[in-house]
Amino acid sequence: MSRTSLLALQILVAVVAIVLWHVLTTVPIGGVKLLPPFFFSTPLEVASRIVRWFAEGTIWKHLWITLVEAMLAFVVGSLAGVLIGFWFARKPIINAVFDPYVKMLNALPRVVLAPIFALWFGLGIASKVALGVTLVFFIVFFNVYQGVKEVSPTVLANARMLGMSERQLMRHVYWPSALSWMFSSLHTSVGFAVVGAVVGEYLGSAAGLGYIIQQAEGVFDVAGVFAGMFVLAVFVIIIDMIVTAIENRLLVWRPVAAMDAR
Amino acid sequence: MAAGSSAPAATVATPAISLKEVDVTFRLADGGAYTAVQRASLDVADGEFVAIVGPTGCGKSTLLNVAAGLLAPSNGTATIFGSALTALNRQAGYLFQADALFPWKTAAENVAIGLEIAGTAKSEARERAQKWLARVGIGGFGDRYPHMLSGGQRKRVGLVQVLIRDPKILLMDEPFGPLDAQTRQIMGNLLLDLWSADRKAVLFVTHDLEEAIALSDRVVIMSAGPAARIIGNWTVPLPRPRDIGEVKLERAFHELHREIWEALKDEVMKGYQQTGGG
Repeated sequence: MSRTSLLALQILVAVVAIVLWHVLTTVPIGGVKLLPPFFFSTPLEVASRIVRWFAEGTIWKHLWITLVEAMLAFVVGSLAGVLIGFWFARKPIINAVFDPYVKMLNALPRVVLAPIFALWFGLGIASKVALGVTLVFFIVFFNVYQGVKEVSPTVLANARMLGMSERQLMRHVYWPSALSWMFSSLHTSVGFAVVGAVVGEYLGSAAGLGYIIQQAEGVFDVAGVFAGMFVLAVFVIIIDMIVTAIENRLLVWRPVAAMDAR
Repeated sequence: MAAGSSAPAATVATPAISLKEVDVTFRLADGGAYTAVQRASLDVADGEFVAIVGPTGCGKSTLLNVAAGLLAPSNGTATIFGSALTALNRQAGYLFQADALFPWKTAAENVAIGLEIAGTAKSEARERAQKWLARVGIGGFGDRYPHMLSGGQRKRVGLVQVLIRDPKILLMDEPFGPLDAQTRQIMGNLLLDLWSADRKAVLFVTHDLEEAIALSDRVVIMSAGPAARIIGNWTVPLPRPRDIGEVKLERAFHELHREIWEALKDEVMKGYQQTGGG
């Protein structure tokens, strides 16, 4: 399928959904509106809300806050994940000792941590970053660990026979392998950084996209909730496109088929 | 430190590789033991091209790994240019059967890395890598990543990745195994061509008797595993320089092939029975 016809079909899906939504919420069928606007709002109302946010400029502050939180969570979580993942993979004894605790922490639903982080770090940016870090860390950690462990034994033997010292093995073999695994999980970890930020805001904050949605919900402003969700969705898609561009640059050496594994 | 690094310059009498009564036993997960190679003794003189041939799973590669220092023998000794091998064999280059290139490095980077880690300046290493790539006919592919190269091209990169370091010994583990017949022949001629320039000691493992005779000075036959032994030793009387395609048409080649095959075929059948027709 060509690019243009694919794009046309993708747009068609959105158009059909919005038209359906519009018809069901505004045109009475058999005397009743199948979707009451009080619960489902209408496309026009949501659109005008979004336009108003951008026209008045109030939304920028919230977008910026969410972006900063997500980026900080991503950077801190990735850094910790890479370092600790590397350390665990190279020191089997450390891994053996901490393994059950890592699994326990990873199994914990992060939402329950949000109130505790709010207590510890306050209602500002820090508590949202902390929540995002707990999500990003484990994804990066497991991928880096796997990347170091799954270096091909032949490549490793070859590196040794070429005369690499332990330090050179780190730099030329383990490190690139671990990074390639981390990059292949970039979409997931960036996505989770945004999730951490928004959920954190939703559960207690004074700014951000999660805050907007939570505020609108508090006063039964369904249009506001949907408008917030749309802005969030577009925000995530733009970030995902940037990640794809970065990934294509960093992983040129990879065969295309291997990229499907993400 | 690597054994052999302090060895005196090789004299005529000192073999490049000397394996004496080497046993290799692996411990199995169920507590048992598997003897791959038993009492194998083998000398490779400096400048000699020796091929090891044997049925599948007979421990040819095991013996090669002992010579490389990747595997310590359970019994017996490995000596490289007169000094005992106790760690990795720093005098040897190893060409693996499977893909061993660094997938995240370009062809030129893959070739240059052996020099770079030894302290050669990056620009000089790259320059020499480029020359080596040109020498094996892939000068235009230096900036390609391994996955963008064909199997034969990857083998060429692998070969010069090893040769650029100028090792005194070349260990090769069925290096052309995965290639198609035509490419194998081209690679064999390329190898002989490169080897004739400075005549390194070569230990070449293969399951292909024709390839072994066509390439080597001496063919060593191993019995079927487990506890594989060296059961025969033939000098190849064919003159050099050789062309692999043409040498196979000569009478001496056929006579030698028949003679070695007589000894080998029983072992091959045994090998098949043990590996279930492998």
